[in-house]
Amino acid sequence: MNQRFYDVEVFWRWSRWLKSRRVQRKNAYFGFTQKKFGVNIAAAYYVLHLGGSFRFTDQSEWVHANSRGKFSYNFLNTPDSTIEEVDLSRTLINHNGLDNIVSQKTLRSLSVQGCPNVDDWFLARLHVFGESLQELDVSHCPRITVGGLVALQHLRKLRRLDVSSLVGVSSPSLVRILLEEMLPLCEVTGAEYDQGFVQHDSMGQLKEDTWLETRSFPVCIYPAGSEPRLAPSHSGEFLFLQAA
Amino acid sequence: YTFMTGSCRLPRGDLLYLEGQFKAIREKAAAAMPGTDWSPVELRRDLPPDRADIVVVGGGVIGWSVAYWLKKKERVRDGVRVLVVEKDPTYSEASTVLSAGGIRQQFSLKENIQLSLASVDFMRNINEHLWVLNEDPIDLQFNHSGYLFLASESVAHIMEENYVTQREHGAKVTLLSPAQLKERFPWLNTDGVVLASYGLENEGWFDPWSLLNAFRRKAMSMGVFHCHGEVTGFTCTTSSRETEDGDVLRIKRIKYIDVKMPDSREYQPVECAIVINAAGVNSGKIADMIGIGSGSEHSMAGFSLPVEPRKRYVYVVHCPDGPGLESPFLIDYSGVYFRREGLGGNYITGNSPEETEEPDISDLKVDHEFFQEKVWPHLSHRVPAFESLKVTGAWAGFYDYNTFDQNAIIGLHPRISNMFLATGFSGHGLQHSPAVGCAVAELVLDGGFRTIDLSAFDFKRILQQEPILERNIV
Repeated sequence: MNQRFYDVEVFWRWSRWLKSRRVQRKNAYFGFTQKKFGVNIAAAYYVLHLGGSFRFTDQSEWVHANSRGKFSYNFLNTPDSTIEEVDLSRTLINHNGLDNIVSQKTLRSLSVQGCPNVDDWFLARLHVFGESLQELDVSHCPRITVGGLVALQHLRKLRRLDVSSLVGVSSPSLVRILLEEMLPLCEVTGAEYDQGFVQHDSMGQLKEDTWLETRSFPVCIYPAGSEPRLAPSHSGEFLFLQAA
Repeated sequence: YTFMTGSCRLPRGDLLYLEGQFKAIREKAAAAMPGTDWSPVELRRDLPPDRADIVVVGGGVIGWSVAYWLKKKERVRDGVRVLVVEKDPTYSEASTVLSAGGIRQQFSLKENIQLSLASVDFMRNINEHLWVLNEDPIDLQFNHSGYLFLASESVAHIMEENYVTQREHGAKVTLLSPAQLKERFPWLNTDGVVLASYGLENEGWFDPWSLLNAFRRKAMSMGVFHCHGEVTGFTCTTSSRETEDGDVLRIKRIKYIDVKMPDSREYQPVECAIVINAAGVNSGKIADMIGIGSGSEHSMAGFSLPVEPRKRYVYVVHCPDGPGLESPFLIDYSGVYFRREGLGGNYITGNSPEETEEPDISDLKVDHEFFQEKVWPHLSHRVPAFESLKVTGAWAGFYDYNTFDQNAIIGLHPRISNMFLATGFSGHGLQHSPAVGCAVAELVLDGGFRTIDLSAFDFKRILQQEPILERNIV
């Protein structure tokens, strides 16, 4: 529609600009909070402001906002506690927002699952946590590609990495093998070894009942003229494709 | 004027029609006046316009970056008419697309570090800058791998000094000892290496063609005129100025630039106010066309543009046991470099030839002997896995090599009052292109540098014979 009507084009541009402004505001630098309360409280407040949750090093409960968006300000009483684990899944964080968290040198676990603005530049900035980060979850982030995953080589203490459902990575199983070579002590989850592979038999035809795990549901390809057979381990929704 | 048969209502309708006709005649008369683009004779459609405010000679990444920034900085819509003239739209010999595509901040000159940082900032937010409605978002395929420079005993002190400068200006670089290198990159042979400098962030390599296309698409959507043609001559006026010593200098001012159509003798003299020379390897030839450097009038000889093409080879090799995903863009102190390409065990490698053994620049043929003699021995010494590699391909490209000090030349030419130079990058043009485009646009439209001060790259250092050299270990 916006190719035919200038008004529609203007509305579209406007809404895009408003969205990008919202992301910018969510990732602004909390300089005033840092100066007034210290870097730890600023980082904690920033995580809560985005809608995430965190856990301090010396405490065992997670601090997060309730369903109405309200959170307690108890973290103001402990200005010296650094953050150990952060869960920022499904928030609007991007590489600018990391400015507020880079001060937490004891960060052990970070989860940015399902964040639409986490891209390769975000991963490139994670090198500051090279001495402390042990768990990282970047699954379901649509903007991450292999070029960003290579930046994870600086995280030498990484022990668990979750790279499931990365739309930008075209060969997940190969990338998993390469990541395991790059970080030998790290356990990489989320990409099966046979993911993305289509098996052929000697005639070059698709094998009977080849199972392909796609991101949303399994696909069963069965040869023409026969009935699809369901393996006992698979249940739920399937997409049936008949090979010609 | 047709009569409506059988109807006698709306006599005013006929008058309105007449008024509409008169209005059209008036508009046509206004368009026919000189100063507009309309001409009564329909010539070739792809000729450039008769007049343009700023003509950018050269359609590589620098040329289109300058065109984009000029349009971005104009305050009024259609405030400047920019024309980009490119000789070869297939870019078959252009330095931009034949480049290895690396970007680094590990330089010794602060201007180069600042240019790299500004360019990487631009690329980080490239979709905000260069997104065009209804087109795909731009994917630069940026690999965040970092450059690794290896220094021997004799040059380690240079590396340490450079490290201090780089850190001071905000580059995220770290120094590694041979033991740390061995632990980090087990496939590396640290024989002879005393110190290494590794970029942690904002370094890597990307696809130059995507960047060029992104700039071009955005600039054309903002109204930059584009012409496929070759610049063959200039028409200038000359004025005389007296220097402090009493010498009389002739200063030229370009009035018309002749753009010749491909495979034809047709040309269009484009009247222009400002010319930007971003022609890369041909910048020296363009500058000579104006008549400088010919040595005839009042010691013009020292004013020629010292930019010439230098051929560099890039070899694609396949080695299944080579370094994995973590391999950086490694540059050894012997001059040999390599980087990973893709996920299939392919690498890109090459070496800079000696000054005395520069290859022939008449064509882009690759010399495979050079690989056997100059590249492979050093490469396999540094990475033992590369002893069993296979060369799967190669290409050659030109550097717009500044023979004076191998750094950019940005600024006005002292003997041509309206030609700006943005050339001589000697291999760093692609990585600095967004920031250089911004700097040249500021120079043209604001009168001086606003964001990064590049006055060190002015032409006058060539006149005063004071080179600013990069103190690198290679």
